[in-house]
Amino acid sequence: MALKLTINGAAKLVEVEPEMPLLWFLRDELGLTAAKYGCGIAVCGACTVHVNGKAVRSCVLPLAAVEEGAEVTTLEGLAARGAHPVQQAWVEHQAPQCGYCQPGMIMAVAALLKDNPNPTEDEVNARITNICRCGSYQAVRAALESLRAKATGAPPAA
Amino acid sequence: MAKLTRRAFMISGGLAGGGLLLGYAFTPNRLALRAPATAERVWLTSWVSVNADNSSTVLVPQAEMGQGIFTALPMMLAEEMEADWDLVEVKPAPAEGMYVTDDIAQGFTVGEVQAPKSLQRFLDYAFYKAANLKNLQLTGGSSSVRFTGQWGMRVAGAAAKEMLIRAAATRWGVAPATCRARRSQVLHAASGRQASFAELATEAARFKPSLTPALKDPQDYALRGKSLQRLDLPDKVAGTLRYGVDLQLDNMQTAAIRHAPCFGGETLSMNADAVRDLPGVRDVLRLPNAVAVTADNYWRAQQAVARLDAKFTDGGNGDFSSEQMFKDLAAVLDGDNLEVDFEQGDGAQALSLAAPDKVVEAEYRAPFLAHATMEPMSCAARLHDGKLEVWAGVQDPLGARALAARTAGLDLEDVVFHPLQMGGGFGRRATMFCGNFIEDAVRVAMQVSYPVKLIWSREEDMQHDYYRPAALSRFRAAVDEQGQPQAWVNRYTDLGVNEDVAAAFIPYQVEHQQIARTPFETPVPVSYWRSVEYSYQGFFIESFIDELAHRAGADPLAYRLKLLARQPRHQALLRLAAEKIGWGGPLPDGVGLGLAIVKSFGSIVAQAARVSLAQGGLRVEKVVSAVDPGALINPAIARAQIESGIIYGMTAALHGEIAIEQGRVAQSNFHDYQMARLATAPRMETHFIESGATIGGMGEVGTPPIAPALCNAVFAAGGPRLRRLPIAAQLSGQTA
Repeated sequence: MALKLTINGAAKLVEVEPEMPLLWFLRDELGLTAAKYGCGIAVCGACTVHVNGKAVRSCVLPLAAVEEGAEVTTLEGLAARGAHPVQQAWVEHQAPQCGYCQPGMIMAVAALLKDNPNPTEDEVNARITNICRCGSYQAVRAALESLRAKATGAPPAA
Repeated sequence: MAKLTRRAFMISGGLAGGGLLLGYAFTPNRLALRAPATAERVWLTSWVSVNADNSSTVLVPQAEMGQGIFTALPMMLAEEMEADWDLVEVKPAPAEGMYVTDDIAQGFTVGEVQAPKSLQRFLDYAFYKAANLKNLQLTGGSSSVRFTGQWGMRVAGAAAKEMLIRAAATRWGVAPATCRARRSQVLHAASGRQASFAELATEAARFKPSLTPALKDPQDYALRGKSLQRLDLPDKVAGTLRYGVDLQLDNMQTAAIRHAPCFGGETLSMNADAVRDLPGVRDVLRLPNAVAVTADNYWRAQQAVARLDAKFTDGGNGDFSSEQMFKDLAAVLDGDNLEVDFEQGDGAQALSLAAPDKVVEAEYRAPFLAHATMEPMSCAARLHDGKLEVWAGVQDPLGARALAARTAGLDLEDVVFHPLQMGGGFGRRATMFCGNFIEDAVRVAMQVSYPVKLIWSREEDMQHDYYRPAALSRFRAAVDEQGQPQAWVNRYTDLGVNEDVAAAFIPYQVEHQQIARTPFETPVPVSYWRSVEYSYQGFFIESFIDELAHRAGADPLAYRLKLLARQPRHQALLRLAAEKIGWGGPLPDGVGLGLAIVKSFGSIVAQAARVSLAQGGLRVEKVVSAVDPGALINPAIARAQIESGIIYGMTAALHGEIAIEQGRVAQSNFHDYQMARLATAPRMETHFIESGATIGGMGEVGTPPIAPALCNAVFAAGGPRLRRLPIAAQLSGQTA
């Protein structure tokens, strides 16, 4: 199949099997390795990237299901030199430990906050279901809360 | 702020080569660097250079797997050296190809570590033992700060400082005692003279480093105790950090593998023709216990390996099940085959003399567990001209190198090992004990002519782990009229990886004690899992003591405190954790508080959990930890480790179970081996007490108390007494 995509701002012509998941196209054909393989069944979220601004789990998304001309963004393309507010908050709150799940976590959070800069705790819990085996959840929660507070001008919740 | 440089330090031919061109190396044993032919060279634990721009480069020999040692260890060295933290550069210990042939670096890679006799008298027993246990190379046992930091980094830094001060004093013709070092400068206050470390480095390097340099008084610490920012995060949030699974090599192919599902199974047949013509497929390979396909893309390799229709033997284990095993374990606990860990008084007699209504019995059970690191196992290898190169993220580069050499039938000198970043370890990547993914990659590389990166699928990772051993533990206690234990008799099963007898010891004062194990063999491979045997002994002991407290009608906190009269550190921690969780205060219906305390890896951790059963299932609302590690290096990193240990232990306590059916693991991925997530992670609060005791570990110690704290809280909330892990399924639909 031939598919035109914009990946991290650059036009790419995809010529591979339509069944190939987006994750492995990004990783093994383009060398974009920030999106990670964790489970292969869309349960852990380590492979999360943006397709047209929406967070998707790329390990189960066949290229055939990506629409022509779609914009794909991986963590490498989120912002130059880690300057995205989510990335900065992640450093400030020392969220990553081993860091392996964090590209997916950061992409999921960036998409959530773009949709809704002031999500409730229930919305956060429903949207951010990424697995972190180092148990960084408390730091992730604190970083998220700081971003929410900044976006709304509200003081951070205790 | 200091900076972390990913490119590994390179040494080519001793002091003058590679990255040291601009500087001079200081180690506690620098003379050995100059005479590398002696046996003493292997004692190298760490070293530091001073560079022309007055920066200092600290090499960290252990592996960063998220626990923060690439920040904490350099802090310990810079503190003693009086190096300006902004001028500190941190690098992983040598990983370049040439380092393995370099005599200096052998200490990191050979694995035959013996502290040389001439040095032994300077070292305390813990250090000596650690060196012999290879703990200085193995990142495990919560040993990095305790051993490498305490006895390597600190000493290297202090020795370097002494040399720099002596160089300045000699230059200025003053007594060394009148000079002091501060922020990478040496100062002579009386004359106002000062010189940078860089200016002094050449002269300093002429002095012999002291093995027993004076160490700083803790009250003078300027870096230690501060929550300095971790140095490894910018790469991690930018997505630019390459983990083992991300490795790219020229002409590399990627391999997918399918193992014999049953333990001990061997390859019988496969249909290689079915996949040879698939796009991207390069080779189809038969391994003794697996089949593999190499391709230009991992997905293509995976698609192909799934279509091989491989057949395997069941290894003679086709009728093994973990449920039957637990019945067998109960039976062996009835038998008389026991090895006594600890005996005091006469527990058996005390029990036999006790009235039947004064004897309390309970049996607890813990399942097999997988490590389930976020990054599945992977390893790359290339065999070329009789030389093997291996790339992997491991906790013991040295062990992995030796394993690779053994697998390939090569001499150690013919194997180069490149350590890579790990997406989690938790014991799974301590390859000297469980390096099956290294063996696989080497066996694949031996059959092909190109470099190959093997990636295990999550399913292979979960079904071919080396598991945390399952265990059964039976307690019998005799109590007096007030419900105080007079005899404590404990017998548990030992499926291996159970070397630390102290894990089953109790801190509580009980006159008659007998603690014993019964060995039992199964075909299930077992290995070290975060906190090892403490992960289940903590659950057993702290659940049973809680049962005794409730049976006595006593408050579980007061009951413990009374039995800990001779353990003031334990008492202080329990009081602190209880106070911070609101122990004794009013609680809504269906909410309960539970306590537990476990000493492991040199640190004592008390945890208080608050749970609710009100919403049709268990909800862990909050966990307060009180931790006495003796001393703290970086509080923020320490706190993150404790919280990490809680989530890891809580995940296991709620959901973790690897069941074996028909000789194979029943679970396969995160849908049936469930994980805690943001929505289920409790609020966590961590308090430290720096008692000044010998510094303890941090990476594992948060895990052991959480399971019993949760189970005790469930009971307090009106739920059942939980004697079997995991607990979530037992509580689904449970309301108080």
